[in-house]
Amino acid sequence: MIASINKIIDSSIVDGPGNRCAIFFQQCNFNCLYCHNPETINKCINCGQCVLTCPVNALEIKDNKVVWDSKKCINGDTCIKTCPHNASCKISYMSVEQVYQKVRDNIPFIRGITTSGGECTLHAQFIKELFKLAKKDGLSTLMDSNGSYDFKNDTELMDVCDGIMLDIKATNDEIHQKLCGITNKKVLDNARYLSSIHKLEEIRTVCIPGYLNDKETIKDISIILKDHLDEVTYKLIKYRHYGVREEYRYLNEPSDEYMQELKNYAMKCGFKKIIII
Amino acid sequence: MYTDKETMIKDIESIMHDKRLTYWQRSDQLAKYAAGILDYPKDTPQEFYRLRDNGEICDLSEGPGPYSARYIIPDYEKFLKEGSEFLRLKPATNLMEATNNLLIFYHNCHGLDRFVVFIGRLDVLLEPFVKEMEYEEAKSILRYFLINIDRTLSDSFIQANLGPYETITGNIILELLAELQNITPNVSLRYDPDITSDAFATKAIETSLKCANPAFAYDKFYRENVGENYAIASCYNGLLIGGGAFTLTRLRLGTIASHSESVDDFFNNKLALAIDTQLKFMDAKIKNLMEERVFFDTDFVVTEGFVSKDKFVGLFGIVGLCECVNNLMKLSNLDYTFGPDEYANEMGVKVLEFINEKVKQHKNKYCYKEHFVMHAQVGTGLDTSDSPGTRIKVGQEIDLYPHLKQCGLYHKYFPSGVGDIFPFDETALRNPSAILDIFKGGFKVGCKYLSTYLADGDLVRVTGYLIKKSEVEKYRQGKMVANDSVCLVPGQQDNNHIFDRKVESL
Repeated sequence: MIASINKIIDSSIVDGPGNRCAIFFQQCNFNCLYCHNPETINKCINCGQCVLTCPVNALEIKDNKVVWDSKKCINGDTCIKTCPHNASCKISYMSVEQVYQKVRDNIPFIRGITTSGGECTLHAQFIKELFKLAKKDGLSTLMDSNGSYDFKNDTELMDVCDGIMLDIKATNDEIHQKLCGITNKKVLDNARYLSSIHKLEEIRTVCIPGYLNDKETIKDISIILKDHLDEVTYKLIKYRHYGVREEYRYLNEPSDEYMQELKNYAMKCGFKKIIII
Repeated sequence: MYTDKETMIKDIESIMHDKRLTYWQRSDQLAKYAAGILDYPKDTPQEFYRLRDNGEICDLSEGPGPYSARYIIPDYEKFLKEGSEFLRLKPATNLMEATNNLLIFYHNCHGLDRFVVFIGRLDVLLEPFVKEMEYEEAKSILRYFLINIDRTLSDSFIQANLGPYETITGNIILELLAELQNITPNVSLRYDPDITSDAFATKAIETSLKCANPAFAYDKFYRENVGENYAIASCYNGLLIGGGAFTLTRLRLGTIASHSESVDDFFNNKLALAIDTQLKFMDAKIKNLMEERVFFDTDFVVTEGFVSKDKFVGLFGIVGLCECVNNLMKLSNLDYTFGPDEYANEMGVKVLEFINEKVKQHKNKYCYKEHFVMHAQVGTGLDTSDSPGTRIKVGQEIDLYPHLKQCGLYHKYFPSGVGDIFPFDETALRNPSAILDIFKGGFKVGCKYLSTYLADGDLVRVTGYLIKKSEVEKYRQGKMVANDSVCLVPGQQDNNHIFDRKVESL
């Protein structure tokens, strides 16, 4: 089994509890306006436009495919800015064993692994095998997800996954569809299901004053999770322009005061563990 | 130092007129100057003078004839229980009495560097009193206690210990350390992952990110190799409570290798001779201290049994393993470097094995178990081509995990002191438990003493002790600073680039 891997971070302290190795898969089935890493959305179609703009000639076309030379690359991201398809040419196609070898190199310094993306559940089979290996070494296993996957019907995955960090972008379906181009029904079902089996590690909401109805989302989630407010961490993410596609940068960045107000509101709604980032 | 009366007067005048020195710093330097005029002990080997002058051996300005042991580790538990006749103090019955008695003891107890280098396992000593009180009331007394220590024991080498068990006192002290942002005391947490709770250890990490304290000492290692009743004193020295260390002398391994013609010449001639000379020199010094000085016959810490002379050791110090290995690689025409290359790192192990074997074979009847103990010294401003202990030279550090694994190769040789420092950027404050995971991993790969601080902070760990960057700046501008250790920093900054250490960015 092979998966397209955007990158692997040996030490991440922002992708779940403790120090973790984070694996970022390529491809996403949502297309959120504010996506901070839109280059992870699609797979490269080998159009070759990036080859023309790379300032250090780290890209070339071989057998009709774009080939990336990681040694020449200076990570200036000109290719990412050039790509008209929200893709990256800097991905690696790796087997479960190859990915896990990278993870294993970080033992004993990591507590666990986190799969992220893109949307990592698009690689659910791959992740199951990866998590089985991680479990053998006593590592905890977390997934970062947009909530589009049917977790309830994949007990094999849930057996080896310790928890999901779930994005709930908006509880109002109209707003969700405007933002992501897709309904949020599955996402909210997953919030209910995952919290009921105590595998909802964290909820994340990116906050944008004036564009999203942040307070409504916080309130609704607190109702959905009413029996689990003690155990679920709520991460309120301050929207930032960084990484966002040019055409969507008109969205307003919230102030620190606004974020603090949301935190206070979340506390009022009963959340116990709230983090602003 | 001393050549003739005229030079001597000039030297004394320059101490007298140094505008940056406080009264105590001035009188201390004058005393050191006076003691420095004496001859070295009569058994000092002739080779010592040559190796001192060519930079291979350094006696850390202890002078020719120390009049007290270098490090004194009093048994404060005994003191609080029994009081002291000399100090006219009765056993302490509450927190106010205990902290007051301790402050009086600290004032009257002196090692070679003027101040006491160990002020106790504060949580263990004070918990019986703190337990009986309201949290805030205890915290208020401990706040004044810690402020008093910082302002009166103004030297960074004063060390307090916490742990391994979580206590109310331990929690209060961690909170106060972060709040007060003091330089003194230097604090070590005796950390045992099987005993110390993750919550307490995480709080300790968060505290070190805020104020560079406490460092983490791997409790199991020190219990097994120093003794159940050990203390971490001064920079990071593992010594017995109720004992201490007579003396500390250092080999500059980088310098020794630079004087060698081949790897063979290094091991069989230069290093072997330097080890032998240092062993004999330390013997002579300790004999002098025990047989000709009055400290162990008269000082109240000895006569009242707060320390016992049979629990003292000699510290056999080394610095410059990094430069030593790199010089040996050059002598072998090999393009390997200490840090990134396994072959070079293994050479480091060989060097330490060689020294350790010779130190182990040597006996000194005055020392605890009749042996000297190895110490990876943190460097001084006088070292121009030798990095601290076994550390990779600042500026040549490698990635975090391989770096910890590399440190893990060497720490086990130094029960009486070793340590590595890993500063983080401010992201670390968002998840201190992640840094705890990294430290836990470090202990699993052989590290014994690890510390961290936030790179942007004012309060940082220099080599083994704490300093405020702003105070160093003041001193550099010719202004007076209360803390002694600040004057040691400019040399370290110029030679060892201690403020330029690699910052781990996560």
